[in-house]
Amino acid sequence: MIEKVLKGSPKFYVWLAFLGSLIGLGAFTYLFQMKYGLSITGMSRDVSWGFYIAQFTYLVGVAASAVMLVLPAYFHHYKKFKKMIIFGEFMAIGAVLMCMLFIVADMGQPQRMLNVILHPTPNSVMFYDMMVLMGYLVLNAVIGWVTLECERHQVEPPKWIKPMIYLSIFWAFSIHTVTAFLYAGLPGRHYFLTAIMAARFLSSAFCAGPAILLLLLFVVRKMTNFNPGKEAVQTLTKIITYAMTINVFFFLLEVFTAFYSGMPGHAHPITYLFAGHGGHVDWITGFMWVGAILALLSLALLIPPSLRDNEKLLPWSLGILVTATWIDKGLGLIIGGFTPNPFEKYTVYTPTVPELLISLGIFATGLFVVSILWKIALDVKKEAGTF
Amino acid sequence: MKRSRRQFLKVASLSVLGLSTHLATGGIVNAAEQGAQYLPNENGLKAGRWAMVIDTRAFETPEDFDVCVKACHKAHNVPNIPNNQNIKWLWTDTYEHVFPEQGNNHMSESLENRDFFVLCNHCENPPCVRVCPTKATYKKPDGIVAMDYHRCIGCRFCMAGCPYGARSFNFSDPRKHLDMGEVNPEFPTRMLGVVEKCNFCVERLAQGLMPACVEAAEGKIVFGDLNDPESEVRKVLAENFTIRRKPNVGTQPGVYYII
Ligand code: SF4
Ligand code: SF4
Repeated sequence: MIEKVLKGSPKFYVWLAFLGSLIGLGAFTYLFQMKYGLSITGMSRDVSWGFYIAQFTYLVGVAASAVMLVLPAYFHHYKKFKKMIIFGEFMAIGAVLMCMLFIVADMGQPQRMLNVILHPTPNSVMFYDMMVLMGYLVLNAVIGWVTLECERHQVEPPKWIKPMIYLSIFWAFSIHTVTAFLYAGLPGRHYFLTAIMAARFLSSAFCAGPAILLLLLFVVRKMTNFNPGKEAVQTLTKIITYAMTINVFFFLLEVFTAFYSGMPGHAHPITYLFAGHGGHVDWITGFMWVGAILALLSLALLIPPSLRDNEKLLPWSLGILVTATWIDKGLGLIIGGFTPNPFEKYTVYTPTVPELLISLGIFATGLFVVSILWKIALDVKKEAGTF
Repeated sequence: MKRSRRQFLKVASLSVLGLSTHLATGGIVNAAEQGAQYLPNENGLKAGRWAMVIDTRAFETPEDFDVCVKACHKAHNVPNIPNNQNIKWLWTDTYEHVFPEQGNNHMSESLENRDFFVLCNHCENPPCVRVCPTKATYKKPDGIVAMDYHRCIGCRFCMAGCPYGARSFNFSDPRKHLDMGEVNPEFPTRMLGVVEKCNFCVERLAQGLMPACVEAAEGKIVFGDLNDPESEVRKVLAENFTIRRKPNVGTQPGVYYII
């Protein structure tokens, strides 16, 4: 099926070339990071994780979200999703790849990466995270490829794929739970140390991931004639709405516990994020408020059925939702976890231009992979008449 | 033709066998010889659980702290990097920052104004060891939390895990910030991209020396075996009111402060 990549419209290749140039820019900047180390980033002794790890976390969620299609389709036999599943699975592959690249970009000594496997350390959550991410990548690649191949030949998928699909459902939950455990078990980081972290991660993943999927599919619908189906879109939007409502609710639970208990450690990171400290606000505060307002706005646009089913409005509502969840998890999460630091001191973290360029390169790599995989899927579907 | 080939193979395999046994025995002899070089120093200090007690009352002037910090940073080639990506093994801060959430209203002026030493606590239950994915950070049987700089992948999970901000990361090449003519050749300099922290002078203990800061403090810091009821640390702990940092995180620090 890979040959499908070779036959595309000029537009498609221009798009790939554009992504390729962004990848090149990121790779070039990474050379500087190799030479000068992470000193070219905005990270510091106090805020020792930054933009890279935050994007990794966000993208694990995007990868896990494929389960929101697979689960209804296979557990509840909701046939309408069947047409879209392959796109979710292929998007997950791109997302996991980006996760891995972000981890590598964040390492001080990436050439020693294999030490994680050469000296396996079962008490470290990072060890499990690496394992489950690899596993998830393999599962999605095998399931996606085999089912698509069968669709192409118009035969039933082999029996052994079913157990793998069921496994991938549990696996999706596990990758994001394990990622949450990276944070939720750290004794000195109040913003991270919360039992609800995994639940928050899953809820935000299950709204943001499918929202990104739908947005990308809307683009595809514009470019080709592929139609995911009206009812499927509406059902997925409902899932997104529920997940976002739960996500916002979970965040409010954190706010209640922090401020009603009045425990300084719990309150300080949230206060810092939303109100600064000592009469001084940093750039993140503006983002946090925008994120909070957009989160509520997305709910206002998604909960009423008349607005939710309005196809003109939907891309905007989803875009707003994605932005809100990204600010929460792709910016606020890490910054709140490291500010204030263990000495109750405040060090401002601001990502630098090289850091953002490398990140851009990684995002472009993910998009590049997804573009190619989706093109294969679309061509196969066109041929098989399952467009 | 056939025979000669078989003969050749025979000879060849025999000689390979001979060569390898020679290598193997030679190797063993060599290893035994080399092993002798790595015998532990007979004068090395041993303990069931190393611990430190700092008499914070005795540190009055900035110089009192300075000699210790200098001794430590010189012994371990710790660079001085003038920004927030710096490396710290032993440094000072105020009461409210060293003991957050343990402060009080209307504390004595001396307590409010005094500085306190900060360093790795060599925790009994160290989160940095728990989270490290490569065992680059590990706990020795004598309680010292040590590091292998050559195994560290620079993931900085341990920095997120340490509740005391005791760890530093080499964001840039530390050698650029060191006077390479002045480095202590007894202790390795580090490289770009690895984490480091105070090591309780494990290399000095092995030679029978007290930690550099303890030596420089001239009695203001006591160091010894917490498991030995006769040790000096136990004596000063029994006689003084001491606190440790962040008791609520359950790490059981090995550094005590006489207040
Ligand atoms: S103080 Fe921090 S670095 Fe030192 S042993 Fe404890 S957790 Fe590890
Ligand atoms: S930075 Fe090094 S010492 Fe710290 S957790 Fe990672 S591998 Fe272990």
